[in-house]
Amino acid sequence: MSQVIIKDDEVDIVIGALQSDLTSFMEAWRPMFSRFHLIIVKDPDLKEELKVPGGFNLNLYTKSDMDKVVDSSSSTISFSGYSCRYFGYLMSRKKYIISIDDDCIPAKDSKGELIDAVAQHITNLTTPATPFFFNTLYDPFSEGTDFVRGYPFSLRSGVECGLSCGLWLNLADYDAPTQALKPSARNSRYVDAVLTVPARTMLPLSGINIAFNNELVGPTLLPAFRLAKEGKFRWETVEDIWTGMCAKVVCDHLRLGVKSGLPYVWRQERGNAVESLKKEWEGVQLMEEVVPFFQSVRLSEAAVTAEDCIAEIAASVKEQLGRSNPMFARAAENMVEWIKLWKQVRSL
Amino acid sequence: MSKPATPVAPPLKDELDIVIPTIRNLDFLEMWRPFFQPYHLIIVQDGDPTKTIKVPEGFDYELYNRNDINRILGPKASCISFKDSACRCFGFLVSKKKYIFTIDDDCFVAKDPTGKEINALQQHIQNLLTPSTPFFFNTLYDPFRDGADFVRGYPFSMREGVPTAVSHGLWLNIPDYDAPTQLVKPLERNTRYVDAVLTIPKGTLFPMCGMNLAFDRELIGPAMYFGLMGDGQPIGRYDDMWAGWCTKVITDHLGLGVKTGLPYIWHSKASNPFVNLKKEYKGIYWQEDIIPFFQSVTLPKECTTVQKCYTELSKLVKEKLGPIDPYFQKLADAMVTWIDAWDELNSPAQSAPAAADAKKDGSSSKKK
Repeated sequence: MSQVIIKDDEVDIVIGALQSDLTSFMEAWRPMFSRFHLIIVKDPDLKEELKVPGGFNLNLYTKSDMDKVVDSSSSTISFSGYSCRYFGYLMSRKKYIISIDDDCIPAKDSKGELIDAVAQHITNLTTPATPFFFNTLYDPFSEGTDFVRGYPFSLRSGVECGLSCGLWLNLADYDAPTQALKPSARNSRYVDAVLTVPARTMLPLSGINIAFNNELVGPTLLPAFRLAKEGKFRWETVEDIWTGMCAKVVCDHLRLGVKSGLPYVWRQERGNAVESLKKEWEGVQLMEEVVPFFQSVRLSEAAVTAEDCIAEIAASVKEQLGRSNPMFARAAENMVEWIKLWKQVRSL
Repeated sequence: MSKPATPVAPPLKDELDIVIPTIRNLDFLEMWRPFFQPYHLIIVQDGDPTKTIKVPEGFDYELYNRNDINRILGPKASCISFKDSACRCFGFLVSKKKYIFTIDDDCFVAKDPTGKEINALQQHIQNLLTPSTPFFFNTLYDPFRDGADFVRGYPFSMREGVPTAVSHGLWLNIPDYDAPTQLVKPLERNTRYVDAVLTIPKGTLFPMCGMNLAFDRELIGPAMYFGLMGDGQPIGRYDDMWAGWCTKVITDHLGLGVKTGLPYIWHSKASNPFVNLKKEYKGIYWQEDIIPFFQSVTLPKECTTVQKCYTELSKLVKEKLGPIDPYFQKLADAMVTWIDAWDELNSPAQSAPAAADAKKDGSSSKKK
C-alpha cells in the first residue's frame, strides 16, 4: 500500500478541555501533535485558567468566544462539558478533524512502541472503506492484507471513509453499571485491526478517540442530546452516542464508510463509577427507545449533503420521538439550530 | 470464563464431529492429535474410491468414499460434488452430533503471538457456546470473551444476545485469496494475528471459507450445503461461498448469530493460481449477480425452520438466478435434493447411525 501523504495544514486536532492543567496531556502527545494545528476549547463551566505548554500551533476558545457566536439567551445548544469540543468543530476549516479526550495519552502497541493515533486516524480516513460486504481479513487496504476469495470485485474500490473510531486500552469506554460491577476490569487486549462497520449496522460511536472528514460529514458531529444530569465523566453522558447514531445514518445514506478499531489510546483512571450510578438514569433508559428509531429511519433521495440529512433526521426525531418525551423534541431543535449555525459561521 | 483447577473432559466430546474432506492423505492429523484425538472424525474421501486413505492410529472415525456416498444416498447422491472439497457436506449430512467442526487437510496448528499452540477446536466451541450480537455492533468485539464487555451506549435490551449458529475461523500464512489476487501477490502471507472474535451484523453478507469452520448442526445444518462443484460442473472454489450466503440469509431470518475471527490455523498449501483461475472465473462474474440476489432476498415469516427457509431459497434461486445460466437451475434442484436427503437421514426414525455402513477404526483398511 502506498504511503498516504497528507498536508499538515489539512488537519485540525480538537481538544475539549475539561481539566484546567493540560500540561501532562499535551506533553505526552507532543510527538504526534506538534506538526499540526490544534484547537483547544475550554469547558465553559471550568473556572480555573487553562495551563497549556508552549511550542504548539494552537487556537484557544473559551466561553466568551462561544457567546459571540451563539446567543445563549435564545439558544438551547449547550457547549458545557464534553460538548465543548463541538465548538471547535464549528470553528475548524480543515478537511480532517481528530479529537481525543483530555484524560487519554498515547498507548503502546503489542511490540511496546508508542502508537501515533493521529497518523492511524489519518490513514483510516484517507483509505477507502468497505461497508457493503464484510471482509473477513478486516481492512483490505492495510499493509499485508487484501480482499479474500469470494469478495465481489465490483465492491473492491470501496467508498470514502467519513468517520474513524478508535479504541481504548486500560479504562475502556464502559457505562457506569458495567464499570461498577467490574471495578478492576481493564482492557489489555490489543486487537490489531481496523474494519468498516457495515452499512445499516448501528454502533455506539464513542467520542473519546475519534476522527472524521469534516468536508463530508462535519455538520453531523453536533451537540444535541443532553441528559438532565449530564456530568463530567464519560459514563455520565450519552451525547456522543446520540450523535454517533445520527452520523452512522448519514454515512449509510451518503454511501460513506465508518471504520472502527485502531488506533488505541491509553485512557487514564478517573472518577468513581459507583458514585456515578447514584445519579439519575432516566436518560440512559430513554436511549433504549431511540435504537429502533435509528435502525429504521430512512432519508429521502433529495438529501445529498450532511446538512440535508441532519435536517431530515431532526424532522423525523421531532415527529416520531418528540411526542413521547420533550428531551427528544429538544434534541431535534438543537439539530436544526446547529445546521443554521453551521451555515452561518461558514458564510462569514 | 475462568479455567477450572483440575482438568475436565474435553468439551462436547460426545456432541461434536470433526469432518475432514480429503483426496490425498491425513498426515496433518498427527499435529492435531493432542486436540482432536478425543473426538470422533468423519472422513469424506474424494476422488478415486479404490485408493486407500490411511487414518493415523488412535483416532475414532468413520470414512466414506464415493461408493459409500452413492450407496447411502442412491439417486440423491447427485447433489454431492465429486473432485471438489464441497463433498465435505456429505459428512454434515450423516453426522448424528449437534456440532460440526470442519477443517482442510492442509491446515495445521498455528501459534499465537506468545508462541503457544492454538487449540482451534476449543476456541470454536467457546464461540458456539456463547451468544452472538448481530443487531448492534460492539466496538470491543465479542463481549462474551474474557476481558471484554459491552461498551457504553450498547442497548441494554440487546445484551443477552442470540444463539450462535456458525463460528468462522481464519488462517495465518497462506491467506484465502482468489486466483487473481494470488497471481498479483504470490508472496503475500498473512502474518497479522488479530485477537478478536466478532459477530457479523444482521443484513451483512460475508465470504465464508470452509477451511476452518464450525457450526451448530441442530440450528443451521440443513443450510450447509456446499453446492455443485468440481467434476462435470462449470465452476469450482465457490462451494463454501454458496453455503455461506445461504447460511447468512437464513441465520439473519431466524435470529441466529454468525461469528468470525479466532481461531487461526496455519494454512500451508498455496494452490496453483492458474488452476484456481479456471475453476473460479465463472464465479467471479456470476457473483456480481449472485450477491445482489442474496442481499435482497426476503424469506416469508412462514419459514420458521431451516429446511423451509432453504426450500424457499431454492425456488428463488431457480427463478432469479436461473436466467443467468442453466447451472443455477441444476443447483436449485440439487438444493431440493439435499433437503430431501437431509430429512431422510435425519428424521427421528433414523436411529441406526449411518456409520454402520462406513469403514471404521482401521480394521478394514488395506495398505496400498
